[in-house]
Amino acid sequence: MKEGRIVKVAGPLVVAEGMSGQKMYDVALVSEKRLLGEIIELKGDLASIQVYEETGGVGPGEPVYPTGAPLSVELGPGLIESIYDGIQRPLDVIREKVGDFVTRGVSVPALDRNRKWHFVPRAKVGDEVEPGDIIGTVQETVLVEHRIMVPPGVRGKITHIEEGDFTVEDPVARVRTGKGEIEIKMYQKWPVRLPRPYKEKLLPDIPMVTGQRIIDTFFPVTKGGTACVPGPFGSGKTVIQHQLAKWSDADIVIYIGCGERGNEMTDVLIEFPELKDPRSGEPLMKRTVLVANTSNMPVAAREASVYTGITIAEYFRDMGYSVALMADSTSRWAEAMREISGRLEEMPGEEGYPAYLGARVASFYERAGRVITLGKDRREGSLTVIGAVSPPGGDLADPVVQATLRVVKVFWSLDDKLAYRRHFPAINWLTSYSLYRDTVRDYLDKEISPDFYDMQTEAMRILSKEAELEEIVRLVGIEALSESDQLLLEVARSLREDFLHQNAFHEVDTYTSLKKQYLLLKLILYMYEKAKEALERGITVRELRQLPVWERIARAKYISEDELVELEGIKKEIDNEIQGLIGGKSKEA
Amino acid sequence: MKSKVLSGENLKRLREYRTITDVSGPLLMVEGVEGAKYAELVEITLPSGEKRRGQVLQVEEDKALVQVFEGTTGLDIPETTVRFLARGIELSLSPDMLGRVFDGLGRPIDGGPEIIPDVKRDINGSPINPYARDYPNEFIQTGVSAIDGLNTLVRGQKLPIFSGSGLPHNRLAAQIARQARVLGAEEEFAVAFGAMGITFEEADFFINDFKKTGAISRSVLYLNLADDPAIERIATPRVVLTTAEYLAFDLDMHVLVILTDMTNYCEALREISAARKEVPGRRGYPGYLYTDLATIYERAGRIKGKKGSITLIPILTMPEDDKTHPIPDLTGYITEGQIILSRALHRKKIYPPIDVLPSLSRLKDKGIGEGKTREDHADIFNQLFAAYARGKEAQELAVILGEAALSDLDKLYYRFADIFEERYVGQGEYEERSIIETLDLGWELLSMFPRAELKRIRDKYLDKYLPRFKKEEKKEAGEER
Repeated sequence: MKEGRIVKVAGPLVVAEGMSGQKMYDVALVSEKRLLGEIIELKGDLASIQVYEETGGVGPGEPVYPTGAPLSVELGPGLIESIYDGIQRPLDVIREKVGDFVTRGVSVPALDRNRKWHFVPRAKVGDEVEPGDIIGTVQETVLVEHRIMVPPGVRGKITHIEEGDFTVEDPVARVRTGKGEIEIKMYQKWPVRLPRPYKEKLLPDIPMVTGQRIIDTFFPVTKGGTACVPGPFGSGKTVIQHQLAKWSDADIVIYIGCGERGNEMTDVLIEFPELKDPRSGEPLMKRTVLVANTSNMPVAAREASVYTGITIAEYFRDMGYSVALMADSTSRWAEAMREISGRLEEMPGEEGYPAYLGARVASFYERAGRVITLGKDRREGSLTVIGAVSPPGGDLADPVVQATLRVVKVFWSLDDKLAYRRHFPAINWLTSYSLYRDTVRDYLDKEISPDFYDMQTEAMRILSKEAELEEIVRLVGIEALSESDQLLLEVARSLREDFLHQNAFHEVDTYTSLKKQYLLLKLILYMYEKAKEALERGITVRELRQLPVWERIARAKYISEDELVELEGIKKEIDNEIQGLIGGKSKEA
Repeated sequence: MKSKVLSGENLKRLREYRTITDVSGPLLMVEGVEGAKYAELVEITLPSGEKRRGQVLQVEEDKALVQVFEGTTGLDIPETTVRFLARGIELSLSPDMLGRVFDGLGRPIDGGPEIIPDVKRDINGSPINPYARDYPNEFIQTGVSAIDGLNTLVRGQKLPIFSGSGLPHNRLAAQIARQARVLGAEEEFAVAFGAMGITFEEADFFINDFKKTGAISRSVLYLNLADDPAIERIATPRVVLTTAEYLAFDLDMHVLVILTDMTNYCEALREISAARKEVPGRRGYPGYLYTDLATIYERAGRIKGKKGSITLIPILTMPEDDKTHPIPDLTGYITEGQIILSRALHRKKIYPPIDVLPSLSRLKDKGIGEGKTREDHADIFNQLFAAYARGKEAQELAVILGEAALSDLDKLYYRFADIFEERYVGQGEYEERSIIETLDLGWELLSMFPRAELKRIRDKYLDKYLPRFKKEEKKEAGEER
């Protein structure tokens, strides 16, 4: 291919001439150092290239080598347990190659070319196959069976397929198509900016259980749904993202550290191999792919990292898995866009962000969903996207937050005031919402209990009433409230401290099953019922407050999943203690 | 991006030009340049013979845009010459740097000799591979209760101090530098200190403090004072961190880096951005401020298989004590927590005036607990926080309703908040509390509550520790160990 010549270098943006005939978003290698870049603007003979690596030392006159292909990722066995940078270079291999610091112009394949995988065919010679059909499997990790699919665009009859140990480069099958015989390898390439095809989209109506009480009970997200977590720094965004990555009941987790802290990625790298998946007992890392482009790594690669991540996620979705993708944080991605846009001297929109910010954000989240995948067997796969947003100063009027809220269905509003009170997760229950609450109702009715939905409504009513009453208390003091309102405050406090508050670092409290969530909530509401009855029998709130059972309720969340019967015991104690109060009262009388 | 980046035939060719076309603010444009590279270092010779340094910000064909570190005063268009040095800004490094004082670009200003380099490094460094990082989890005892107990610092962390004008952030930073140690280990320890635009008095305070305690012999100081060229500040933190990386990862030292004041750094960055007529972000700061700050802060950390570490404490003064100002805001998104100083506490004459509620150390959970500090640390920390927060709320309420309107329990919290500020947060500038003393102090203060109120502490710790403090005064004397 014809080579171009650099005319201008400004930070991550390089302009080259002699580039006519190149396509938008094709990859070009810049200078003799062969720095990877992507064409983002064409003007006559000139092409603007965003370069994914540091451009220090590059100057006009140096060559540019177009590749004629768009930025693509490699999809095949070896993805799981990997940690990639924003353009899918495996960071572990880079370290082996160049040491502890990421230097420039390192070129390594995303998938190990030498490693052999045991391929077990599922199709046989003579089968008619179409794109998306599974022709065989590879046990990639104990948790993940990697399904080798016919790549999009290939259709025909299998002429050869065999079991055995192969590298990703070896052909495992041959298909006779209308255009001749095609070899099928275990990996395929896919351009990151193009969504992978599927047959049809379905409504996401199954909850993704996260083990986080405030999320599952009050603001659920579904498999195939979208959610966003905006919040000021220090409000626990990253802890929530980590908790979701750890505990959500997805088959595959893709975690994108986009422009965030290096140590946080290390934390994930060190912790995930040790943490056990609550369902299988295997290390969580065995179902995880990490994409890490930390804040000090080149900004253009940060822009690409979310696309790299979501393309990998779609690939696993296509196998029929439920995939959860966490992007922390999409604000950094938007800022990368802004930086590049600024260097292109585009007319800025709000706050200097490019005018196409909203469109880019929307099309990113729209890649989520529950779908019928390609292939004859009509598999169902889902991709849930959860994006963190870091608005400056915690201001929700920020363009990135607003662009995100227009498309996502769940909003977990992080509140730094809650965080200061060390109420974690610091999700504000008054301002958050989930549009999936009614969608998942059928599932909860069937799987947990038909009264769960009404209990949620009741609990939320108590909490919003509390907010109203607090206004009054602030003005006239608690004594001015009626007894029943005072009781409500007591119960609301219990809901907040004993249900909503959840300690991510406590061995039991970190994960709560739906069943336990139901029982805990029921326990608190049961206490409320009984206490209300007691009020009617002339017991005062002051007396009720003294009951030791409150403390038992407070500690109920620390009861482990296999000892849930203890919760029944607490219920009995509630009965006894309240009965005792009422009994004592009538004796006095 | 080591020294090999800008190499080759250019080195041999002398590329000197007298073709400046415009000078505006700290920037100048040179034309007819052959082979200029982005980020290349240039030497500018003034008509007076004075030499200054600059860096290429942008190259387009034969035109190079250069930022001049020492400012453009005295430059002219016809006479000034610009020489392109075919390399980035490099710093000479050697173990002899310890105990020395340099200017903001790394030239000695203490009258000592030039450093004979062991190695030369580009000051921009390269990002640490996230895969090579080792997680910071070694507790650093600073001897300050509000930090050790509640916002624990660990090795390899970056924990900024958010302060305001007139608050004693420098005294606190010096105290941390003086007292910081890792329990049970005597290891090579060094301080790399970078001053950006601070006054002579402030710089003098640090130098004297370091001298007094003997810390100077294991310190490297880079000073860019208020009257030094502002643009030079852009290089200063990078120079400091390049030194720190050398000390930590080449010489196996544990390096504490103090950068003060980052606000001045950001303003210099804004100046350049304005001069380049870039589209401004919030409050006129460039849109890439986050990325730029990240390339500084993220150089802290530990690396697997290396003994040394870089712990970073940047200090910044928040304009109008506003935490949502872009500088503290973006910093908070990059660093692993923040220590916030409070003017209200300072007025109450509490030193250090650390506002513990909004302060946070994100890495504390990995640095505390059994084998690191003590098993009860996490619980007591949670309980102290919750109790103090509630006490503060009670105090706010009392302002509106009067103290009499509070419930008995809230009155207790009210009192606790006061005692807590005075005894736990407050301590002497030269008082060094061990972590055990800090934890025990926490128990002692909490023992004023009935046991049922201590919900955040696990029963087993309540059983184990609480009885020892329940009989308040009597116990106090026998508590040392």
